[in-house]
Amino acid sequence: MSTAIASKPKSPNAPAKKPKLTWPVVLLLIAGALVLFSAVGMATGNHGLTSSGQISAALSSAVPIAMAGLGGLWSERAGVVNIGLEGMMVAGTFCGAWAGFLVNPWVGLLAGMAGGALGGLLHALITVTFGVDHIVSGVGINLLIPGICAYVNRIYYKDYVADGAGANQSPPADSLPNITIPGLSGWLKTIEGHHYFLLSDIAGIVGGVVTNLSVVIVIAAVFLIASYFVLWRTVFGLRLRSCGENPTAAESLGVNVYKYKYLAVIASGAFAGLGGAYLSLVAAHFYRDGQTQGRGFIGLAAMIFGNWMPGGLAAGAGLFGFTDSLQLRDADSVHVLLLIVAIAMALLALWQSYRRQFTAGVISILVAGAVATWYALTDAVQRPLIVATPYVITLVVLALASQRLRPPKADGQIYRKGQAK
Amino acid sequence: MTSPNPEAANAAKPSLRQRIDLERIALGLAAPVLAVLLSLIIAGALLAVSGRDPFEAFRIMWDYGTASDGQVATLNKATVYYLAAAAAAFGFRMNLFNIGVEGQYKLAMLFAAYVGSQVDLPAFLQIPLLLVTAMLVGGLWASIAGLLKVYRGVSEVISTIMLNAIATAVIGVLLVPGVFAPKTNGTSNSIQTGKISESSHFFSISTQGGTLWGFVVIAALVGVAFQFTLNRTRFGFDLRATGRSESAAKASGVNVRRMVITSMVVSGALAGLIGLPELMQNTPYFGQNVQTNLGFIGISVALLGRNSPIGIVFSALLFAFLDASGAQLPTQGDFPSEIIPVIQGTIVICVVVAYELVRRYGLKRQQQKVGAELAAQAAAAAKKEVAA
Amino acid sequence: MVANHDIDITVQRGTVHALMGENGAGKSTLMKILYGMQKPDEGTIAVNGEQVEFSTPGDAIDRGIGMVHQHFMLADNLTVWENIVLGGEKLHGIGAKAKAKIRELSDQYGLGVRPDALVEDLGVADRQRVEILKVLYRGARILILDEPTAVLVPQEVDALFDNLRDLKAEGVTVIFISHKLHEVLAVADAISVIRRGTTVGDADPHTVTARQLAELMVGAELPSPESRESTVTEAEMLLVEGLRIAKADAEGIERVVLDDISLRIRKGEILGIAGVEGNGQAELVEAIMGMLPLDAGTVSLDGVDLTGKLTRVRREAGIGYIPEDRHRHGLLLEAPLWENRILGHVTERPNSKGVLLDPAGARADTLRIVEEFDVRTPGIEVTAASLSGGNQQKLIVGREMSHQPKLLIAAHPTRGVDVGAQAQIWEQIRAAQRDGLAVLLISADLDELIGLSDTIRVIYRGRLVADADPATVTAEDLGTAMTGAARGHIESEPEALAEAQAAAAEGTEAEAEAGPSTDTADDDQAGE
Repeated sequence: MSTAIASKPKSPNAPAKKPKLTWPVVLLLIAGALVLFSAVGMATGNHGLTSSGQISAALSSAVPIAMAGLGGLWSERAGVVNIGLEGMMVAGTFCGAWAGFLVNPWVGLLAGMAGGALGGLLHALITVTFGVDHIVSGVGINLLIPGICAYVNRIYYKDYVADGAGANQSPPADSLPNITIPGLSGWLKTIEGHHYFLLSDIAGIVGGVVTNLSVVIVIAAVFLIASYFVLWRTVFGLRLRSCGENPTAAESLGVNVYKYKYLAVIASGAFAGLGGAYLSLVAAHFYRDGQTQGRGFIGLAAMIFGNWMPGGLAAGAGLFGFTDSLQLRDADSVHVLLLIVAIAMALLALWQSYRRQFTAGVISILVAGAVATWYALTDAVQRPLIVATPYVITLVVLALASQRLRPPKADGQIYRKGQAK
Repeated sequence: MTSPNPEAANAAKPSLRQRIDLERIALGLAAPVLAVLLSLIIAGALLAVSGRDPFEAFRIMWDYGTASDGQVATLNKATVYYLAAAAAAFGFRMNLFNIGVEGQYKLAMLFAAYVGSQVDLPAFLQIPLLLVTAMLVGGLWASIAGLLKVYRGVSEVISTIMLNAIATAVIGVLLVPGVFAPKTNGTSNSIQTGKISESSHFFSISTQGGTLWGFVVIAALVGVAFQFTLNRTRFGFDLRATGRSESAAKASGVNVRRMVITSMVVSGALAGLIGLPELMQNTPYFGQNVQTNLGFIGISVALLGRNSPIGIVFSALLFAFLDASGAQLPTQGDFPSEIIPVIQGTIVICVVVAYELVRRYGLKRQQQKVGAELAAQAAAAAKKEVAA
Repeated sequence: MVANHDIDITVQRGTVHALMGENGAGKSTLMKILYGMQKPDEGTIAVNGEQVEFSTPGDAIDRGIGMVHQHFMLADNLTVWENIVLGGEKLHGIGAKAKAKIRELSDQYGLGVRPDALVEDLGVADRQRVEILKVLYRGARILILDEPTAVLVPQEVDALFDNLRDLKAEGVTVIFISHKLHEVLAVADAISVIRRGTTVGDADPHTVTARQLAELMVGAELPSPESRESTVTEAEMLLVEGLRIAKADAEGIERVVLDDISLRIRKGEILGIAGVEGNGQAELVEAIMGMLPLDAGTVSLDGVDLTGKLTRVRREAGIGYIPEDRHRHGLLLEAPLWENRILGHVTERPNSKGVLLDPAGARADTLRIVEEFDVRTPGIEVTAASLSGGNQQKLIVGREMSHQPKLLIAAHPTRGVDVGAQAQIWEQIRAAQRDGLAVLLISADLDELIGLSDTIRVIYRGRLVADADPATVTAEDLGTAMTGAARGHIESEPEALAEAQAAAAEGTEAEAEAGPSTDTADDDQAGE
């Protein structure tokens, strides 16, 4: 699931029951998954799922989701639920494309973050200063910001048709650089082409990462890792998290809760804005209304899937990105995925019966059987189902593992200064 | 958590002998009026900055709104918005955030359209059949979120967001030729269900301003039933009690689990009705014509109307008027109609802030007043005791 | 509203200065001002002769003032060291040095705090030690302890007092807020008494008597529930057998909350449950009310089996409920009084007819309750939030008594209630008892328990471990049983009992001479 649970210190006197997801376990699982993918790939002759094209598409889809999720993480760790991420992302797409066109795409990235941060500031003002319910404020922001952007888009770009602006879209901005490691990338491509067992799959995955990698993906990865260190290893982060766990306690210790909530929500907006800027500067080179397509909400889902931890959130974003990019793949690869799921579920069932969780094991084996039948009886999977898969998985995780999820204690609660008894 | 359902019921129920309450009504009304004015000023400034005369724009809107065709268009839109807001408000009244209205109404509309295209009964059976189908589908879809909340503790905000996305996928799977859409010859790009039967068409009233949808009657019935349930029934009391304090409601004997599921289902069933005016009065099939985002507009309208069945009449009319008259802007001048969402967004944000401030001010003020009155009483009583 | 006015207090360095006053006297407001959580409208504060102004707790901390709150200010999901270091990161960083400092302080004062434990896993006394360490870590020289003993058993109180004496020896000044007379007399070097938001006098603990202190605090005679002749009948009203509840915690481990609870209350009987908070009282009440699912056992009322029935059915069957936390469980704070009158009895007349509400009937009956139960309010349209605690409680008592209950569950019925309302509530419970009501009384106030109950059972770690006859037991012996140290039937030494009863009797006589006993009238007001 996620590495999040591992880093949570558990009560010392509680007997260990479930194996924890430590790094070795995670690596083992990844290795196992790789073997499974390549074995199925060999058996069916379809190597699409681990091809470099698929990987780089998945990565590309994952970035905006991860950034929205990172925004959600910052905000919720300080106790503010942010469903306005969607609106802040829109601000990011708009400002990114606008400054990207006027100045250059680098400034566009910054402008996207600034635009999102402005949305965050508004959310902080409404929820923190005025004490309005967080969800209500988020809904309002999701209505307002896209409205403003659509309006400005309509009136402003009329004069830029000569520069390539369309009726509904901004003129294109220059591209940001992509990173390709010259020798390595070609060499990996060759190996991948040979379809060796395991080796070609690894080459495909690594190749997907080192070929035409947008520099923004690197920046996003840096932000993700940096967020972990800032939030869990610095004074600033400790204070910020304390505002999400018990703001009155933090206040009693002289922490300026309003300040940290403001900073967190503004940062949250900035990350969402970066996700938006990625869409309008990297995924496309222009702004268009409705470009985000609910990715702000998906980011939120990825964060919850990841148990409010950066590592888990990255895994969640990866899952959403992977399935999202499957839409673009040939129907065959998707169909093969069914077989992989069936085998994985069967393995899970074995593990569960080994651990004497027989009910769970029976359910898993039934699911495995159903998926295998589905694989056998059909030639293709309807694409909408694939898009829906991560949402269903998130719901299932929420439903089955809610006891192991640890949202911040005061998440979503309205805090007023001096409310302590 | 602060309740998103301010005491509209109280504000609507004046107690004559108390100035406090009159004050509260004044305050309650001041909030939305100021919010609307402020958003008009902001929108006006935005128009002025982009070199357009805001007064001209407002004049166009006003003229349209006072013309009979504008009024009919407004009423038709308001019907839809009212249903959407009622769906959201029903959940809000007990602190349930049904963000999933969006998915519920689309799914319900699809099923209603399919049933309507496959079944052809006499109208007096056919129309109830479609209504029931839509409500059933909406309610069932919403019940998933209710069940997850009650039995697995999953926040309904999160689960309904997921369910919205899943609903889109379900529609994608069902709305293909051979399933819910008729097998076509491949000439048309857009996939849609078959046309619903003639008997499925809801009655409408021809006016000089155009066709007024008869569905406005359904919306009115929903409103009356909502208001009555809320204020005059035990169920309504339980609902409001749970919204104000879940812990107190539980201790008082409210079966909160059942209430959560019931109100999710009712909210979803109401959401199921949202798509029907369009389907049964305008375009007789489900396809590209489906207006999106109605769920979120419904939430906004509900918030503006303080989740009160009476309040949302006005907010639905306002939002409908803005949308209907806004559509006229580009046709009568160089005004982009995109200014309307800006106005609506500003109204919602201003109004939720204003309501919160008014709520807090009102509570504090009443506490002070009661304290003062009691102190006066106590002083009088003390004097009496001394005398005795 | 004026919470505090004309407060004058001078605290000497290196002393334990007690600040006394009954609930609602304004102690908490004063503390908030001293700690910078609230700003005074007028007046000055001086520390070490220097005039200061606090606008945030941070300012107070900078001046060496630290506060241990009554409700612990700890973040459960963070570790002990994170909680301690928070806000004081500049002192020793947030790394190994900080942890070392925590261990050092912990050893110095014998607090036994483990820096890496998760706060969630700590018990009450441990949490309090973390709170104290938190303050010491910041180098506080003035410690404010807000009702520190409210949640502790007597043995833990003694340990705390030892810690306080150590602190004093090191030159730390302690401001100790309490309304428990014997505790204050045992530990304080100086005493200031607050009543109705103002200081009414200072006292020297070496010369003052408990009785004088109590009179200073209350300003009038001390009410105390009096024992009277028994109204207990033989008819069984509530029968609870073999109750067991086990909750799974975040780790998935089952923790037994209630185990093998059996009790019986007869008509006209008041059964008191004594116990330190958190030993299962709340769960016992919720189990009988049907708010918690049972793992085993049965509950029946007046011969009718209620096991597995919904809360509403139980209420309709005749259970009245005065909840422990009236704001969370007893009232809709933002609803008018008449709607609060409906709460809990929405299915019964005069609140409803069939499935329809009867607002007119409810309003009329609310007026009756306001009149009969002396609820001080300007009207029934005001929100419950605008009433004082005592009047809110009277409204609840009135509501619950209005439906001819067979059993009344009263959890801390006089907690946070002024003295006048306290006496009225006791009287109402008694009156109902005479009419054959069975009462389950949960209270932290041992004198209330001994004064009202016909039988007392002691709950400890989810089990009923001891019982006592209120006529033959002292608060001290009951306290011992509450720690789990004594089991079975408890009976106090006759002479100790006589002394306690004499003291209690004196306490109730307003005009009597000051009594000699220091144990007099301990704890007439229950903790908040």
